[in-house]
Amino acid sequence: MKSLVQKSHFPVLQDSSLVYLDSAASSLKPFSVLNAMDEYYYEYGVNVHRGVYKLSYIATEHYEKARQTVADFISASFEEIIFTKGASSALNLVASSYGLNNLTKEDEIIVSELEHHSHLLPWQNVSRITGAKLVYLPLDKDGRITIDGFLQVLSDKTKVVALTLTSNVMGYITPIKEIIALAHKKGAIVSVDAAQAAPHMKINVQDLDCDFLAFSGHKMLGPTGIGVLYGKRNLLSSMPPVEFGGDMNDNVEKYTATWKDVPYKFETGTPPIAEAIGFAKAIEYLEKIGLDQIHEHELSLARYVIKQMKEIDGIEIYNEHTDTGIISFNLTDVHPHDAITFFDQDNICMRAGHHCAQLVIKYLNVPATLRASFYLYNDKEDCDRFIDSLKRARTFFTEMGF
Amino acid sequence: MNNMEQLYRQVIMDHYKHPRNKGLVKDPSYRTLHIKNPSCGDDITVQSKVANGIVEDVRHDGTGCSICCSSASVMSETVKGKTVEEALKITDTYLNWMSNRPYDENVDLDEAIAYTGVRQFPARIKCASIAWKALEGTLKESE
Repeated sequence: MKSLVQKSHFPVLQDSSLVYLDSAASSLKPFSVLNAMDEYYYEYGVNVHRGVYKLSYIATEHYEKARQTVADFISASFEEIIFTKGASSALNLVASSYGLNNLTKEDEIIVSELEHHSHLLPWQNVSRITGAKLVYLPLDKDGRITIDGFLQVLSDKTKVVALTLTSNVMGYITPIKEIIALAHKKGAIVSVDAAQAAPHMKINVQDLDCDFLAFSGHKMLGPTGIGVLYGKRNLLSSMPPVEFGGDMNDNVEKYTATWKDVPYKFETGTPPIAEAIGFAKAIEYLEKIGLDQIHEHELSLARYVIKQMKEIDGIEIYNEHTDTGIISFNLTDVHPHDAITFFDQDNICMRAGHHCAQLVIKYLNVPATLRASFYLYNDKEDCDRFIDSLKRARTFFTEMGF
Repeated sequence: MNNMEQLYRQVIMDHYKHPRNKGLVKDPSYRTLHIKNPSCGDDITVQSKVANGIVEDVRHDGTGCSICCSSASVMSETVKGKTVEEALKITDTYLNWMSNRPYDENVDLDEAIAYTGVRQFPARIKCASIAWKALEGTLKESE
């Protein structure tokens, strides 16, 4: 369980006292990504799609090459990749464009309590405006999305299914391929939140046959401020833009205008150029290591840690059978914010709180949770230091009278 | 004493385990303010009753970490019986002191001084401030 990659590739990890266990919130960035972004700013930092001069041509080439890299990464076509501010924007785009223009009060939208707020609130909004009914599929006893649970709510009224591929709190992987096939039989479209999946497992949108899929750059070694919406070509073409302005238009008259073809009709304004270039570098880095290897590595670290956590009294683990590198837990009777300060003192970075998924926290019936999440740069030493800190934290809070 | 022990010194743990003035009342003569920090889940409601310019009673309830819940209890004991003007002065001083801003050193913070350790934990300053901010809101409303 050595680190899959050299920690020296990551500037933040030059501090050997740091244990970074919050990659599910945001990953660290390797030098190669930062250098590619620097190169853009230092050597050809101009706008894309506009200037008819050499530098702008180079910038456009790099930006569009990044789109192709993303497309290849998930086995999509070039024009099916829309760059957005992040997964949240991408998921909002689907709800605002497809949802608001296709749903009525006769329709139903299936969601789950495992959804991140960015995949729940946009559909709550669609439901409020169109009158379409929001339907929650029942989770199983471990808190998983299952095919059985899905079949209990799937009906002829189902028009949209909005589900996460990997839960950011429970770390469970949804049987999404089967769900998509079942949804399509009813004529429903499926929006997949892959923000926690794309950094850690191979995704093939052709194979999944999903209609929409979204993820963020910063959770997969890339920069903040960029994400991706994949959408099937025919769907994207039929959808109206939600933001209007420069670059997305075709012909502009006084009272009417026409739009460029996909993906450009959904990208107005100067796009995040450096970020797209950095994002493509991040994908290259991940592919060099191999997504299957990354998944295996994280899972083995999580299992190694969970086994030891179970031997400590006064620790509650909420997802003992996690499918990924995400572990949600608490120290019994210690509020996660009290606990997190102890770990912070040991220079261990973890998340405490709602994780932008209040419905899961309510489902677990706790005020909040701690979350440790592993990625390719974590190793056994990180795990051991975490366990050591956890044991001392438990002793400390018990002695303090918690 | 290491940093962690200093943070959770006796006063804080005492008020966390045995909160004073806890529980809300249904009495229209009290001003009520609810403050929630959605990112961490701290959720505090504070009530104050003012008569003849005196803070006669302070009540609080809610959920949160030990720093948040105990500071509501300490706050209630610190300001009860003070004039509104004094209570607001103490609150203002405490909030400035807590956030490492310039503050009036002549104001007696009483037991609230136990929270000095929190000032070295920037991520926790909000926890120690939320109940006082709620109190400030109820008192300013009554002015």
